[in-house]
Amino acid sequence: MAGPQLIADPAPLDGALPGSVLDGADARMLSVYLHVPFCRVRCGYCDFNTYTATELRGAKQSDYASEASAEVAFAGATLRSSGLPARPASTVFFGGGTPTLLPAGDLVRMLESVRTSIGLTTDAEITTEANPDSVDADYLTTLADAGFTRVSFGMQSAVPHVLATLERTHDPDRVPLVVEWARRAGLQVSVDLIYGTPGESLDDWTRSVDAALATNPDHLSAYSLIVEAGTKLARQIKSGLVSQPDEDLQADMYELVDAKLEAAGFSWYEVSNWAKGPESRSRHNLAYWQSQDWWGIGPGAHSHVGGVRWWNVKHPAAYAGRMSDGVSPGAGRETLSAETRELERILLLSRTRDGILISTLPADARVAVAGLIADNLVNAEAALRGRVELTLRGRLLADAVVRRLTV
Amino acid sequence: MSPKAVKALEPAATDPSFIRNFCIIAHIDHGKSTLADRMLGVTGAVADRDMRAQYLDRMDIERERGITIKSQAVRMPWELDGQTYALNMIDTPGHVDFTYEVSRSLAACEGAILLVDAAQGIEAQTLANLYLAMENDLEIIPVLNKIDLPAADPEKYAKELANLIGGSPDDVLKVSGKTGAGVEELLDRVVQRIPNPVGNPDAPARAMIFDSVYDTYRGVITYVRMIDGHLSPRERIQMMSTRAVHELLEIGVSSPEPSPTKGLGVGEVGYLITGVKDVRQSKVGDTVTTAAKPSTEALPGYTDPKPMVFSGLYPIDGSDYPVLRDALDKLKLSDASLNYEPETSVALGFGFRCGFLGLLHLEIVTERLEREFNLDLIATAPSVTYEVTTDDKKTVTVTNPSEFPGGKIASVEEPMVKVGILAPKDYVGTIMELCQGRRGALLGMEYFGEDRVELRYTMPLGEIVFDFFDHLKSRTQGYASLDYEPSGAQTADLVKVDILLQGEQVDAFSAIVHRDKAYAYGVLMTERLKKLIPRQQFEVPIQAAIGARIIARESVRAMRKDVLAKCYGGDISRKRKLLEKQKEGKKRMKMVGRVEVPQEAFIAALSGETETKEKK
Repeated sequence: MAGPQLIADPAPLDGALPGSVLDGADARMLSVYLHVPFCRVRCGYCDFNTYTATELRGAKQSDYASEASAEVAFAGATLRSSGLPARPASTVFFGGGTPTLLPAGDLVRMLESVRTSIGLTTDAEITTEANPDSVDADYLTTLADAGFTRVSFGMQSAVPHVLATLERTHDPDRVPLVVEWARRAGLQVSVDLIYGTPGESLDDWTRSVDAALATNPDHLSAYSLIVEAGTKLARQIKSGLVSQPDEDLQADMYELVDAKLEAAGFSWYEVSNWAKGPESRSRHNLAYWQSQDWWGIGPGAHSHVGGVRWWNVKHPAAYAGRMSDGVSPGAGRETLSAETRELERILLLSRTRDGILISTLPADARVAVAGLIADNLVNAEAALRGRVELTLRGRLLADAVVRRLTV
Repeated sequence: MSPKAVKALEPAATDPSFIRNFCIIAHIDHGKSTLADRMLGVTGAVADRDMRAQYLDRMDIERERGITIKSQAVRMPWELDGQTYALNMIDTPGHVDFTYEVSRSLAACEGAILLVDAAQGIEAQTLANLYLAMENDLEIIPVLNKIDLPAADPEKYAKELANLIGGSPDDVLKVSGKTGAGVEELLDRVVQRIPNPVGNPDAPARAMIFDSVYDTYRGVITYVRMIDGHLSPRERIQMMSTRAVHELLEIGVSSPEPSPTKGLGVGEVGYLITGVKDVRQSKVGDTVTTAAKPSTEALPGYTDPKPMVFSGLYPIDGSDYPVLRDALDKLKLSDASLNYEPETSVALGFGFRCGFLGLLHLEIVTERLEREFNLDLIATAPSVTYEVTTDDKKTVTVTNPSEFPGGKIASVEEPMVKVGILAPKDYVGTIMELCQGRRGALLGMEYFGEDRVELRYTMPLGEIVFDFFDHLKSRTQGYASLDYEPSGAQTADLVKVDILLQGEQVDAFSAIVHRDKAYAYGVLMTERLKKLIPRQQFEVPIQAAIGARIIARESVRAMRKDVLAKCYGGDISRKRKLLEKQKEGKKRMKMVGRVEVPQEAFIAALSGETETKEKK
């Protein structure tokens, strides 16, 4: 993955966690993220840790479920030996890459390994991301039967030229079908959209939002396209082949999707996420934003347990090697200072609807809240009730808000 | 062919009739240093193996730019018709800003070699120095250099020179400093044509300072030309302008390495060392006499050099401020005309307001600071000295737009210069257009030879300190040359234009301009800043104003989106690093009121980078 290089310590090969992770562990929930680092083709905008068949250097997709299950077992053992209380996972999330590039049976096997080695709460939320063209009704039914509760479709757009720029290969007409199959299988449905693609007009975006709403999902995520250094899209923009996404247009698009979704009965609960009701929110994502504990399984996956963050080796071949050696796949880790944890808490929570309790903020930040209200970035009524909640304008300028809250 | 002198004449005891004092007047790249080197070799003053290219130009920066900033004097032996002579070659600074120093060097001589590139002909600034030499009644020896060049046209330029100074084209010597051709004949000509110095050996000592140089090891080295009397080692000497008395630690001549002597007599040229550490105590043009038997009458022509051009110098990295202060303190030791005082700017932080003799002086000082002290600097737009009289009859001297008084202004006086521009005749139209646009008044126009013209203007100095030379060069493909000299002052309808960001004045961009140009300046700066100032959470008006009246306006629209709305999953570290990076970036911003402006934007706006980029 591109992005800033982290300066951190090497992760210990036995994966052992320091005693500090026990502090407050009773109050934290445990989640599991399972990364599936495979894609049929790489999309031009994507900088996630994923590999096409030709890039695998000897790693095999068919071995992956076993390798990931081995890490799940390693995770269970490590959590137990660290002295943490026994906590079954309350959410599990299969992300990628394209998890649905694997046979449904592989995803089920990996979920079973979580159930066996870590455990699942009775109401656990179990989600997989899915590509509209890599699932059918049987696939979805198999997942639902095995305990999956939720599927998140990477729709991105309903407009062919936008999908083409993004290099998404699925047929947009298939989206309503797969959503319908998922619903029949008893799964909750989320769709992902991307806005601000080069060449995408406000009309294009309107069509995509309307098309997404027409499938009647429970949850919708809308992410603005970020041009990441090192991607094909970044090169295309640099060479002038495509134009840089316009920030004003992206703001218009955000306001448009928010208005349409609110009108359709959705409510925002994080800057990029809307849900039909509180029960439709992604509990897994909330776990990240609330700084709960989670174990990330798979190449390049990130974990967090009680103020200790670590991340795995990135290449599937290196990962496979670690798993066959029976050692931790961790590549690096950092133990967060109290200040950094506080910074992250503000950074993450301020972007959620439930926001931050003003009483938990340091004095400087509490002073800053008044200015944020004056600048129409923070909702005055919510502030009177003791919470920092972003206004619509504040959501669009959320980074500025966070900077002002964490001076 | 004259032989090298077998034995040089003894300094301190040389009969003035065997002394010749001369300088070389030449344009920057017309080969003066190469010719001087060749003379050192031909006379045996410097052994060939010791010859460093362009011996006389000491500083690296001079060698690289091919110009001489500080002059020195060299004593060379030469024999003609069985008689040995002592030739003192006084090296003159070769640029427009150092007119005063040039005039003092000329005053130390009885003759001058007018050296002109045989492929280019005379340039404006050489012409100015030539006039200065003729006013001083110097004997002029016209010489064409670089006759070895394929492009040389000695016949054409010999005619041009003959037209200029009178005489026949045949009198013009043709030499090549590079090959040595004609150099011996030139030395003979110096002996034959230049009058020997005359003075009263029994009068109280009077020596004129024509240069003073700071040396790290020896302190100030003062170069003098003896007019009357005699100076001896260990004598106590007195500077007539300040009455300061110093003990003479060493006296000698440069040949060209310093060599101590038993003193200096009438007509001789040499150096004095007193242990003084600051060139300000040894001022060019001042008269040196002895404390024991002081002269009552100083030599004429002494003035304190006055800075003409002012600019704020700021370190780009604010933490370099102490380095800049120390660097200026050091430069000041060797540059009597540099002055400065601390200044602060909202936009640029801490820096110094510096006064310079002219634009080149500014450029040289800035370049030396950057090169010798490893500083990255930004200079504010150069300004000149205005005398501003308010309605209540108070007069304020303004060298910085920020000092311009508010309220009603009765009059503003600006310094004027006489400008000489020499160019091929095809460019006369475009040059006139340029000068007209800069409020120039044509004084006269004169042809040299067949195809070159000298245009003479009076112009406000303020109009030429700002990119005039760049425009002149680009409009004439580099063929025009320029010279200027101070020429009084005039009242003009000048106003101060301020640039405001969200109502807050940005000091570094205020400028004093003619009322007719205020609007153009306002539009230029507001448009520049609009391109450079990043969008803020609110709209930022950028205004140009004269007093309270807005004359131009642009605005930077409010930023509507500043959020990384992307799914980074569990990689919270990355999200945090991005935030920290953003905060780091904000820290480097300068605040103008509530507006965050990156320093690079100020720098780009001052340097006009935006237009340059567009041209590309």
